[in-house]
Amino acid sequence: MSKYTEEELQKELETKEYEYGFYTDLKSDTFPKGLNEEIIRAISAKKNEPEWMTEWRLDAFRIWSEMEEPDWANVHYEKPDFQAISYYSAPKKTDPNKTLDDVDPELLEMYKKLGISIDEQKKLQGIAIDVVVDSVSVATTFKKTLAEKGIIFCPISEAIQEHPELVKKYLGTVVPKKDNFYAALNSAVFTDGSFCYIPKGVRCPMELSTYFRINEAGTGQFERTLVIADESSYVSYLEGCTAPSRDENQLHAAVVELIALDDAEIKYSTVQNWFPGNAEGKGGVYNFVTKRGLCETNSKISWTQVETGSAVTWKYPSCVLKGDNSVGEFYSIAVTNNYQQADTGTKMVHLGKNTKSTIISKGISAGKSQNSYRGLVQISPRAENARNFSQCDSLLMGNKCGAHTFPYIEAKNKTAQVEHEATTSKIGEDQIFYCNQRGIDTEKAIALIVNGFSKDVLNKLPMEFAVEAQKLLEISLEGSVG
Amino acid sequence: MLHIKNLHAGIEEKGILKGINLEVKAGEVHAIMGPNGSGKSTLSAVIAGKEEYEVTEGEIFLNGENIEELGAEERAHEGVFLSFQYPVEIPGVTVTNFIKTAINETRKAKGLEEMSASEMLKKIREKAELLEIDRKFLSRSLNEGFSGGEKKRNEIFQMAMLEPKLAILDETDSGLDIDALRIVSNGVNKLRSKDNAVIVITHYQRLLEYIVPDYVHVLHDGKIVKSGTKELALELEEKGYDWIKQEATI
Ligand SMILES: Nc1ncnc2c1ncn2[C@@H]1O[C@H](COP(=O)(O)OP(=O)(O)O)[C@@H](O)[C@H]1O
Ligand SMILES: [Mg+2]
Repeated sequence: MSKYTEEELQKELETKEYEYGFYTDLKSDTFPKGLNEEIIRAISAKKNEPEWMTEWRLDAFRIWSEMEEPDWANVHYEKPDFQAISYYSAPKKTDPNKTLDDVDPELLEMYKKLGISIDEQKKLQGIAIDVVVDSVSVATTFKKTLAEKGIIFCPISEAIQEHPELVKKYLGTVVPKKDNFYAALNSAVFTDGSFCYIPKGVRCPMELSTYFRINEAGTGQFERTLVIADESSYVSYLEGCTAPSRDENQLHAAVVELIALDDAEIKYSTVQNWFPGNAEGKGGVYNFVTKRGLCETNSKISWTQVETGSAVTWKYPSCVLKGDNSVGEFYSIAVTNNYQQADTGTKMVHLGKNTKSTIISKGISAGKSQNSYRGLVQISPRAENARNFSQCDSLLMGNKCGAHTFPYIEAKNKTAQVEHEATTSKIGEDQIFYCNQRGIDTEKAIALIVNGFSKDVLNKLPMEFAVEAQKLLEISLEGSVG
Repeated sequence: MLHIKNLHAGIEEKGILKGINLEVKAGEVHAIMGPNGSGKSTLSAVIAGKEEYEVTEGEIFLNGENIEELGAEERAHEGVFLSFQYPVEIPGVTVTNFIKTAINETRKAKGLEEMSASEMLKKIREKAELLEIDRKFLSRSLNEGFSGGEKKRNEIFQMAMLEPKLAILDETDSGLDIDALRIVSNGVNKLRSKDNAVIVITHYQRLLEYIVPDYVHVLHDGKIVKSGTKELALELEEKGYDWIKQEATI
């Protein structure tokens, strides 16, 4: 794929609203606070949903009402009051009176460092940009290319209208409504997210990235993503945005479902940078995400993620290796600083024969943060010759942070081969002095050491994303060593 | 170039350097010899600006300027280079990436543009050739799993890339076989000019046959107890340090 330039992105931004009408049909106000069947019906009606979808949501709501909010050992936070949340608010609209001068200069400085264009900065801050409708826009070209291959890529609300048979068939099949508290909540109230379908034998010719990245600026609290790769197809999907997203919604509970049919491959990369809260840990986003992929025969799913944001992150992208010879991979970098808490990891469920999984987790803790890795490798009795390799490395900066590793292995088949390696290292004074001596200041030295530590995972990201992620790591650790 | 006056330094309550006086002029090569634990590495670290050590008395001048307030990276930007006795590992960071960062950070500090990729590449090739470094070596993680000799050669490679004004080589010869010693010495000699100075710390006369010093100093218990010309190194080799120690206590 040819390199997609910032300029092209900019062009696309200009035409995006026009293309998809994301904002146009959602001008209305916010719903009253609280959650009940009435509200669910109202959300569904607002979105013009068919009856089956309304029922699906109501069912999820009933399940959720019976569930208890979970407790996790390694994260501490004030539990949200679910009746105090408004479950339907229009996506962030532009404020005609706001300009970049109204934005926190610190944030602008960060955007500058990340190399985010002025227009994109405005977008992220909900500032109006001059919309030039270019008839031969990049977005149109992209959309045409995708359409020619039969690829469907659209907001999930659109998919519910336009492709009900696909949504009906797959929604909730990987992450069932009753899966967990937050998944149930999401199923009841989700209002946006993306849908992607790659037909049989098709190799998606571009990273489905830029679309989503734009989408992100207006993304809601309860996002729902469904990616289906039909037999022998391939798609690489990029989610997230390196720009720090401040959000008035403290609680985020997304669900992502991936389905890789026989011989298909899905690469799903995330760079997430929710606002982590200030240096005292106040005001950050709680991010509770359920991400899971289902692998049929000979298929492969790779999750790659770089997490630097959120006050509290709870996230376990997982793979269910159902088909024989299927492969699951998880590559993760999680950075915590100040008072952040991250509890992330993965679950690899080996059901088929000769299934293989690889887990590489890199945790970086600074400040007073706590970084936990929790991994579960489950090998079912019929999973002959299943193999797993896990490597969990932690890097500590200073003496006040913590890294915790909890690898769980449940092997119910004797032929299983499971390997686990773990290391913990600390950025040493000697390393810093060595860099300083070569003219590299401490801030840059840390960035260099951290990048080196994270290299195995950064290498898994698509090129453009890797560069951004690298800068992001640098910025999130700024000022973390005195 | 470098002028050290009555330097006392140590760690916590412990005094290590106890009144060092040393003047190194541009164009000169000084050798510092002395028994283990006499303070040679401490002296080089203090010159390079390692904060762990506290300077309790005395001053260090670089080109006439007191460098007390300068951080280690600022001293590096001023042209100070230290070849470490024990080079540090940085996993995942390649030799090339590291040196590229070092050069560009130094240029940035001086208000210069980053070095272009082609110029960088050319320079890397040239210096790698000079030090007979295999190109594959350059894409390995910095010092990770390097043999003792590889580490030292890599230090001199970095020196050659950075072209410092004042190079301090702390036991660069230990761990080198005779061929490597010749190659490394050749690298150092290439740097020598009327504008640069080199301080060579070593135990052995052997290195000084390749890098011929103008002056030789003997460090003992944190003090320079004897200074002379290159003949002093030969004398030391013959008589050992006990001779100096005895003299020092008289
Ligand atoms: N970081 C340190 N902490 C404690 N003692 C140190 C430290 N660095 C050096 N010393 C002590 O200072 C003395 C001189 O050490 P060093 O400068 O390494 O000697 P040399 O390089 O001449 O062998 C030794 O007694 C050593 O133990
Ligand atoms: Mg020493």
